[in-house]
Amino acid sequence: MSFQILLNLFLAFLWMFLSSNYSVSRFIIGYLLGILVILALRKFFKSRLYIDQLWAVVKLTILFIKELILANISVLKLVIQPKLQLQPAFFKYDTVLKEEWEITLLSSLITLTPGTVVVHVSDDSKSLFIHVIDSNDIDETIDSIKNSFEKAILEVSRS
Amino acid sequence: MTILANILVVFFIAAGLVFIVVSAIGLLRLPDLYTRAHAASKSSTLGVMCILLGVFLHFWLIRDHFNPTILLGILFLFITSPVGGHIMSRSSYIAGVKPWSGTVRDDLKPEIERMKKEQKIK
Repeated sequence: MSFQILLNLFLAFLWMFLSSNYSVSRFIIGYLLGILVILALRKFFKSRLYIDQLWAVVKLTILFIKELILANISVLKLVIQPKLQLQPAFFKYDTVLKEEWEITLLSSLITLTPGTVVVHVSDDSKSLFIHVIDSNDIDETIDSIKNSFEKAILEVSRS
Repeated sequence: MTILANILVVFFIAAGLVFIVVSAIGLLRLPDLYTRAHAASKSSTLGVMCILLGVFLHFWLIRDHFNPTILLGILFLFITSPVGGHIMSRSSYIAGVKPWSGTVRDDLKPEIERMKKEQKIK
């Protein structure tokens, strides 16, 4: 990925030197043309196109913000109910992610989703222990949400 | 145009205020530390972020002063506050704070006991 970005920057500078006009707009034009070149030559790279990976990062960020807002609305609903209806529980969740940054990202995503906080990560970092605030109806939906998170993170890290 | 900007600023700051008040009410009403960590780690994050965004928009759109430091503040808050909630609840579980009596299921207890036995912590 970093090699492709460096190549793209190099092509942009090459375009600036070719036209001997060193301005920002020239650089942007060169960068866009470089993207076209990299798209055309994608067969020769071993890893994925970096634009693809950047797009996955953007999607993950949008997911993050959406989940943050949903989590806050659910906490708001929970707190202002006249009678508290809670069934807290700790449960174990087995993750397929390997890298440490992926697990960190997943646990902060889970912490910001409605009704879940990661309390402990096991020593072999294969399972997360999650405190859920209302266990009777959320268990399955949370599992599905986390599958979508895990899928999004895997989408980012796939090379 | 100024009216539009003002509406945006007022909206963000009011929403942030609502979320901060909700997290304070949650800290008072919820029964134990772990459920309070929910309120503290989610609502206050979004509340402070909304207020910072409102301040940023006010200085940018009305005072015409672009201040990237506020954006960096939003980013740092976004990264650090879930980690803060995690660390507080984990350290208090290890220190032996009992969860609320209504807690239905506890998968964490054997794991922590095993860990303490391995590392010889009482």
